[in-house]
Amino acid sequence: MRYTIYGLVVLLIIIHQDNWLWDDKRLIWGFMPITLLYQAGISVGAAIVWFLATKFAWPHHLEEVTQEPPAQAQETGDKE
Amino acid sequence: MIQLVIIGIYLSLLLFLGVFSSRLFKGTSKDYMLASHSIGPFLLLMSIFGTTMTAFALVGSSGEAYKEGVGVYGMLASSSGIIHSLCFFLLGIKLWSWGYKYGYTTQIQFFRDRLESDRIGIILFPILVGLVIPYLLIGVMSSGVVISSITEGAFESSFAAYDYGVPPWLGSLVISLVVLIYVFFGGMRGTAWANTFQTIVFMVLGVVTFVVISNKLGGLDAASHAVLEKNPSKLMRAVDPADRERYAERYQTWTLIAKYNYARRILKTLKLSDEQTAEAYKEFKPRFPNWQTTAEAVYAAKNELYKLTNEQVNKALLTQDDRVMPDPFPEKWKQGLMAHHDLREYPRRDNAEDEKAQLIFAENIGHPEHDLDPNDPSKGKKWSIKKALGVYRASSWAPDAPHPMSKLVFFTYFFVPLSVGMFPHLFQHWLTARSAATFKLPVVAHPLFIMIVWVPCVLVGVWATSAMFNGAPLFPPHFPANAVLAAMVKKMTSPVLAGFLTAGILAAIMSSLDSQFLCIGTMFTEDIVVHYGGKDRFTDKQVVFMARMFIIVIVAITYGFSLLEPRRVFTLGVWCFSGFSSLFPIIFAAVYWKRLTKAGVYAGVIVAAGSWLYLFREAQFALNPDYTFLGMMPVATMVVASATAMTLVSLVTPPPSKETLVRFFPED
Repeated sequence: MRYTIYGLVVLLIIIHQDNWLWDDKRLIWGFMPITLLYQAGISVGAAIVWFLATKFAWPHHLEEVTQEPPAQAQETGDKE
Repeated sequence: MIQLVIIGIYLSLLLFLGVFSSRLFKGTSKDYMLASHSIGPFLLLMSIFGTTMTAFALVGSSGEAYKEGVGVYGMLASSSGIIHSLCFFLLGIKLWSWGYKYGYTTQIQFFRDRLESDRIGIILFPILVGLVIPYLLIGVMSSGVVISSITEGAFESSFAAYDYGVPPWLGSLVISLVVLIYVFFGGMRGTAWANTFQTIVFMVLGVVTFVVISNKLGGLDAASHAVLEKNPSKLMRAVDPADRERYAERYQTWTLIAKYNYARRILKTLKLSDEQTAEAYKEFKPRFPNWQTTAEAVYAAKNELYKLTNEQVNKALLTQDDRVMPDPFPEKWKQGLMAHHDLREYPRRDNAEDEKAQLIFAENIGHPEHDLDPNDPSKGKKWSIKKALGVYRASSWAPDAPHPMSKLVFFTYFFVPLSVGMFPHLFQHWLTARSAATFKLPVVAHPLFIMIVWVPCVLVGVWATSAMFNGAPLFPPHFPANAVLAAMVKKMTSPVLAGFLTAGILAAIMSSLDSQFLCIGTMFTEDIVVHYGGKDRFTDKQVVFMARMFIIVIVAITYGFSLLEPRRVFTLGVWCFSGFSSLFPIIFAAVYWKRLTKAGVYAGVIVAAGSWLYLFREAQFALNPDYTFLGMMPVATMVVASATAMTLVSLVTPPPSKETLVRFFPED
């Protein structure tokens, strides 16, 4: 699943270039430039991909770190 | 004056927040710098987002959209949504875990351990601090500009040279002091709280600004349709044929004015008689201030009242556009005629417009609340110096040529957001996280938050190009991009709302400044003082004291630069980010590539710094906003060069010790 997530990120990067809208000045809903709407869609797409990353590709093993007290906090405590 | 009071109240609130958060301060340097790893998901999201969204996002994005059109969003905002979260995900969580386990407070501590090199700090420290200074400069500069624009006319007799408003130097100074004070009292906890508070403020007020301005422009549809009609190229990334035709016509008229003025003022071979002047005015329909010269120029050209050589025409164009006259005058310009793009190769003379505008419009300039003619109020109010400058630029300088956005430039902008991976202040924010899971919310919500802030700013900037207000264009040609947002807020809202909205803009600026202030203080004490002075040599109180003193020195230096700095916020920001991006391969390899060696990192850092300095110089130290290298954003070259040097040198030098590899890559 991790590789699928990375694949989706690469896909976002590719479709971000949107050459096909370069000279398109259409206004969607009467006010929204199509190229701006498309790029805002990329932002929403990014949020969805990152949501999937937290569900299926999260480095859970790193959460175990907090079971030990932070290193330098201990040192500071000793110093005090 | 109302705006000033509201800004004052807002700044007082911030100071109160800083002092209040200091009551929770545990007195240790660790608590001051990392809030004792106690920050949860919501605070982490808001503090990270508030830190990355600076003047660059609000003032810079609207100003750049005003200049370049809606493509600005795709160029930087949507790519940031992808890349920033990628950096949080790939780098932030791992670095946080190592920071937590091994007690890092700064990037340099991590690099020293990971590379088994004590001296890496000596090379990285000045580079990182050197890059944070222009970043700070953006915020300090913008806050002064915003406060000055919004308070124009606030004083009855003081600060006439600044249109009776708060001078930019004073606004910048006050903002720097307020941020300094709450960072001093609150440390990282105060900064995280203030960032959260300020992020909410600027997001909410940003949306309010958008709604108010769109209503004033007749609604969303009317505002966008005005652009479609008058400046269609701003709605896309290519040039619309209608814009090209309009520009050709305007440029043609402008060359007539340049030649007429040269013949009349420099060569003194032309003087229209009273009858000729009357005839010229009769045929001309006035559309803007200072129209008389245009009428006379058109009349003189039509009636062939003067004749100039090619050399004289070229000199006329350079003179009219306030460009530096080359000495000796190039042979090729004695033969052929300059095109507009040739003209732009010669820089504009410093302060030319300031001197000339104040001379030409001396009688019109005054307090913006006073009548131009006390006996006839219908003639309108006195002009501010800013307005005189605007009229001078609009009526004297060549019109801006419409230009398409380069596909290669658009693509290579993708390298700019990589800077987030190397921001020292963001590294420090990552370390404040309570646990790895704390990162989930920032990773997901960051692209959406960027969209919420940038889309309205970009739309407002684009609308500004074509908006009419009280029957006249809202902004004349050549209006300074940095001042677009503040000027719209001032012109189109009530004083009370303008005060609140200004507070929102300042919130975005300050929420970045505070983290940067804190991080440079932390780097100085941790990476220089404690590291070289010895861990047990100083008490925690002394460490915190030294951090504060170093912050004051850096802020003073930055403030000094801000008094001299004329560059566009967006351009300066891109150069600063490009420098951090060029170091991205190093942090990425340090986290994921076991074969990385300290020699490889030295090579990468030296190439990154060298290529940055070379290209920055080539771009006239950010004075040339259109500078590209090989047709691409310079950052692309820097990143590739730095990554190549790092990889090649790492491959031919001995790998790190087994102990270090086990420490950082235990799973293998």
